[in-house]
Amino acid sequence: MRYLSIYFTNLLCDYLATRKPELKGKVYVFTMSQGNRIMVTASSKEAEKQGIFANSVLADAKALVPDILTFDDRIDFNKKLLIRIAKWAIRYSPIVSIDLPDGIIIDSSGCSHLLGGEGNYLETILNKLKESGYNCRGAISDTIGTSWAIARLGRKSPIIGPGQQYNALLNLPPMALRLEQPIIQRLHKLGFDKIGKFIQLPASMLRRRFGQEFLIRLGQALGTEEETLDPIILKPPFEERLFCLEPIRTKPAIEIAIEKLLEQLCARLEKEGLGIRSAELKGYRLDGQVTETKIGTNQPTHQIPHLAKLFELKIAQIEPALGIELFILSATKTEPVLTHQEKLWSGKPGLADKNLAQLLDRLAGKVGPQAIRRYIPQAHYWPERSLRPAVSLEEKTEIKWQKANPRPMEMLHKPASIQVTAPIPDYPPMNFRYRDELHLVRKADGPERIEREWWMEPGEHRDYYILEDDKGRRYWVFRSGHYDEEHSTWFLHGFFA
Amino acid sequence: MTAEKQEILTRLRQQISVAQGFKPSPISIGEGFGLGEIEACFSNNVFPTGTIHEFLAEHPEDAAASEGFIAGLLAKLMENGNSCLWISRNRKLFPPSLETYGVDPQQIIFLDLYYTKEILWVMEEALKCEGLACVIAEIPDIDFAQSRRLQLATEKSHVTGIILRKAPKRSLSATCCSARWQIKPQPTALNDNIPGVGNPRWEVNLLKVKNGEGGKFYIEWAEDRFAPFESQETKPQHQTITLPERGLIA
Repeated sequence: MRYLSIYFTNLLCDYLATRKPELKGKVYVFTMSQGNRIMVTASSKEAEKQGIFANSVLADAKALVPDILTFDDRIDFNKKLLIRIAKWAIRYSPIVSIDLPDGIIIDSSGCSHLLGGEGNYLETILNKLKESGYNCRGAISDTIGTSWAIARLGRKSPIIGPGQQYNALLNLPPMALRLEQPIIQRLHKLGFDKIGKFIQLPASMLRRRFGQEFLIRLGQALGTEEETLDPIILKPPFEERLFCLEPIRTKPAIEIAIEKLLEQLCARLEKEGLGIRSAELKGYRLDGQVTETKIGTNQPTHQIPHLAKLFELKIAQIEPALGIELFILSATKTEPVLTHQEKLWSGKPGLADKNLAQLLDRLAGKVGPQAIRRYIPQAHYWPERSLRPAVSLEEKTEIKWQKANPRPMEMLHKPASIQVTAPIPDYPPMNFRYRDELHLVRKADGPERIEREWWMEPGEHRDYYILEDDKGRRYWVFRSGHYDEEHSTWFLHGFFA
Repeated sequence: MTAEKQEILTRLRQQISVAQGFKPSPISIGEGFGLGEIEACFSNNVFPTGTIHEFLAEHPEDAAASEGFIAGLLAKLMENGNSCLWISRNRKLFPPSLETYGVDPQQIIFLDLYYTKEILWVMEEALKCEGLACVIAEIPDIDFAQSRRLQLATEKSHVTGIILRKAPKRSLSATCCSARWQIKPQPTALNDNIPGVGNPRWEVNLLKVKNGEGGKFYIEWAEDRFAPFESQETKPQHQTITLPERGLIA
């Protein structure tokens, strides 16, 4: 395992300088009140030169530099910044974790060769960070502990070869071991100002004087104790990365990238008998932005041409800007592929047809899944509620469509108001006026009373009639509520075939 | 023209239509759609599947009648269990009504789109998919080039396409569709003058048929199949309204 530790010397102040360029070269600090004192929590490079460091009192700092600029610090502000930087660093390795209060740790195992070796790898990352305005140092070694120590206190090469951590630590002060302040003070009091002076002592003696915690820290730096990272983003089990030698900007290049990633991913999925239900393609751009493209399928699949086609429909939405340097394709949802069943179904496919599922995937990619609907019956008499959109292609219900009373071929979304002449209560109308046209009723059926579902909404019941006018056109009209000579309200709700 | 020459002409016409991509319909629909005389209008006396049909509906009442007629066709097309795509903008079709025509509404996938461009794109993609029985699109207008594209898409997959032109805005230009239909509602009738509304009845106008002759027909949906009926047009219509007896009301 190889770990890269990055140490930001002035994290908060550098961040502020990127936002307010006029602060460059000024003496400024972040402060926070603790009890009835105001403490400095972070100081700029220039302030450090004047002898102002974190954890000093603001009054002392003001004595040193009277015109010092102060800014309010917030709780966990540094954590937020570190998480943001760590997310950016995902492009260099899938496992990145933050290292409070002022660093991040990258698991660089198997990643550094992509940028031409560890030297270049480290240099590239640090240069990128420095370009964006952060003062930082970094180191790579076999253990998190040694990398941490070299990044902060190392004076020689930042890259410690495999198994070299013992030699690298010898000349460093005890604080390089990430110890608690009282232990460090005790070590100095006993004259142990370098790790080399006590590293040879027997473990039982060290434990007696400095406690078990001390031995664990020492072991972690040397690699004899386990230490695990807590990645900010857990790597999904099915993820493939493609690092581009040159930043990619063109459509054909993106297509090739997608195809290559799909080949790798689908080969793995096929081995495990899984298929993609949803996948996500992330493009890490040169300017630090990340483009995200998502696809979904109706049936789990690991067929490359089909998935490639789904992504192809979305390529237009990918903005490469200056260029994309890294693609990450991850299967966010997978399900087992039932290949045997597919064959069984091939005789009478219907909705289970594979071609249909693939077609719907493509359509959903282009027009959006919300535009595609299938309806299944719902146990309600109220016409508007007698059906509901199905959740999936496979969804079935025990409820039957009601057949006792005919339903119109076309139904208006909102019933249209009509003027009606009705002879006697509960008789169908003699004529009605709809959109300035008088319809003389020749034949009629009804009424069919449909009660409003009072437990869902208040209102009147409806008495539906099927009417046929003098030209043979058939309508579905209803009277809202009971017959009332003057105040009856009538509506046209649909057209029969 | 002698009978011999006539036969040669028919054969040549068939060859031309095959060259144009109009495959003869599969024999599986041997019994036909039960459209009776209408089917005689088409070449080979078979309702052409695997091509594009165009339906004109000027008024919402006509649209409902067209949809009823299409539903009758769907019942036959979807007999083998295949599903169907219904693409529309501002759809008014009420799915449960399809049950009346022997079509399971659950087998139909509805797409509600806004732009004509999108509707045409979706229809073309869908027509290329072999697992479908039929693709229906509601758009007001279609030009020759657009219909030609759709026709080309159907040639490989043999999926039937239906374009339902509701309230067409532009004048009728030539299209590549194999038939242009116009369905209008007709007064219904019940036996023995029982009051009430009977089976849906339509006047079917075949305005244009590729390699065939159009005509005017009267047809009704009798429970589970198409059946011709005699038009009432010539008979004098009653001027008085017949009210249903209370006891007979459904």
